[in-house]
Amino acid sequence: MPIIEAVGLTKTYRVAQKKEGFLGAVRGLFRREYKEVRAVADVSFTIEPGEMVAFLGPNGAGKTTTLKMLSGLIYPTAGTARVLGFTPWDRADAFRRRFALVMGQKNQLWWDLPAGDSFQLHKEIYSLDTRQFERTLGDLLELFRVKGLTRQPVRELSLGERMKMELIAALLHEPQLLLLDEPTIGLDVVAQVAIQKCLKEYNARRGVTMLLTSHYMRDVEALCSRVLVIAHGRLIYDGPLAGITEQFGQSKLVKVQFDGEDAPADLGRFGEVSELDGPAAVLRVERGRVPEVLAALLEHYAVLDVSVQDPPLDQVIARVFEEARAAHEANQPVG
Amino acid sequence: MRPTSQSADGPARLAGPAGRPREPSGAAPSRLRSLRKYWRILRVSLTERLTYRADFFLTTTLRFLPMVTTILLWEAIFTGSRQDELGGFSRHEMIAYLLLVHISRMFSSMPGLAFGIARDIRDGTLKKYLLQPIDMIAYLVSYRVAHKMAYIATSALPYGLLFLACGSYFDGFPDALTLLAYFVALLLGFAIGFFFEACIGMVGFWFLEVTSFLYVVNTVNFFISGQMLPLDILPPFWATLLKGLPFQYMAYFQAAVFLGKIQGWDLVWGLLAELGWAVLFIVLARVLYRLGLRRYSAYGG
Repeated sequence: MPIIEAVGLTKTYRVAQKKEGFLGAVRGLFRREYKEVRAVADVSFTIEPGEMVAFLGPNGAGKTTTLKMLSGLIYPTAGTARVLGFTPWDRADAFRRRFALVMGQKNQLWWDLPAGDSFQLHKEIYSLDTRQFERTLGDLLELFRVKGLTRQPVRELSLGERMKMELIAALLHEPQLLLLDEPTIGLDVVAQVAIQKCLKEYNARRGVTMLLTSHYMRDVEALCSRVLVIAHGRLIYDGPLAGITEQFGQSKLVKVQFDGEDAPADLGRFGEVSELDGPAAVLRVERGRVPEVLAALLEHYAVLDVSVQDPPLDQVIARVFEEARAAHEANQPVG
Repeated sequence: MRPTSQSADGPARLAGPAGRPREPSGAAPSRLRSLRKYWRILRVSLTERLTYRADFFLTTTLRFLPMVTTILLWEAIFTGSRQDELGGFSRHEMIAYLLLVHISRMFSSMPGLAFGIARDIRDGTLKKYLLQPIDMIAYLVSYRVAHKMAYIATSALPYGLLFLACGSYFDGFPDALTLLAYFVALLLGFAIGFFFEACIGMVGFWFLEVTSFLYVVNTVNFFISGQMLPLDILPPFWATLLKGLPFQYMAYFQAAVFLGKIQGWDLVWGLLAELGWAVLFIVLARVLYRLGLRRYSAYGG
């Protein structure tokens, strides 16, 4: 049975439009004008137990809104979802005991108290058995390498340590599903990598299913083999990470090392020159034209070395978002 | 335009599909369990509150300063008026009343409750109560009881000393039955104070800013609950009106009971009315919370 099954999830917000200026504000008191904003449109997917899936999309694409529906915080306008066998927005206690949502920008822990005290509170909220709780906590503290820090007030911890404590708090009740909204936001690279390692390790050990959103491609590459790409509320890609390049990467990077002091000056006719350093050049070439360009290069110039690569993933993704935005705007009626 | 499958108000499902062992199997043990859960939360919260004990001690001590001026003021009023009684209160009773009002407020005042709820709604902390298997109102009650216990414990000593020093203003001590009624009235006063403020906090579901509303309510409450002076001093019409409202139970009622101003059937009816108001606010807070959540889940989140 899938852990998450979303069918046609749609969420439309009604946003009050504030008029400019004083008169507008006064008029708004009596007659409000609303604009319908479609945050998520007809999104369907399923996630199987133990999967680690990333939600990718630009700001405002509908990632967080989808996570909120899946965790039962908001009702969808249309569509259905089954999460762990429950309808999330019924908010049954049995459901809430079995998942956790961690938002990178929100803290759950008591600020002035040691994290240990907040853990104790979680133990009571989830009615955890004392021995079970101690064992889980011990394991988690070891996994996240923060054993000595539970008696320090949370406000004195570094951002990375705090995030680890947040994750531990979320995992104390051993959820089967972990929803993560920007878990590494604001962290330096070292802390990011540490968190990624812990999550990966935890997934390997416990088989917990994870769905995460992140702006950092590094997180996604490190953790998830499958990605869902969402732009303007629509799911535009669902598949392996590497497949994104195949589906959306219309160009390849051709790296050429020419013989001599300089690269030829007329490289522009083969494709866009994206780097040029003495005799080394990088050309962005449309995928279909690669064989033809390679043949021409070898025929006309003295070439020492050549290689063909996919463009970096974040460039591809950025391009996908850009195209989705353009398409969206083209479909929008003006005004 | 909500889908039909949701029933946020339906009975909580007791067991997961797989019949997880942790879930209680019946309604009665489940209620007991949840009571125990909130009792434990209370204990954890108590340790949290005690981290702020120095702050407690200081605010309690500072609260005595206005009391001294109040006593001096009323001494002067009685001397100036050349009367032995005002509204049925002797000079001693008046000052005893104003001291007792502080005890009432120890139970019924809820600093930061309404504001806290409204802030949690606005900044999204409310999500915590929707994601975790916990009821916001029950949690806040546990937390507040812990807060009150810590507060009463830390202020017992200074208050004890003060009442000892002002012992001469009290003409005797009430009998056991009156004392019992007094304590019941204090506990119900806590309930009324808590759920009244909670209702105001819930307004935050509909309006972004409740601070000014709260300020008006608190200012009016200071007067109509009898914190400034006993309601009996007011003209009969106003006195009768204010004694028909719930606010007197946040200050006046308990002090009047202690001083033996309300006795016999009046006392019984008074306590019943207090219970009635408490129930009304408990229900109202719950209704507002449900309506608010429905709105929150549909528009915000």
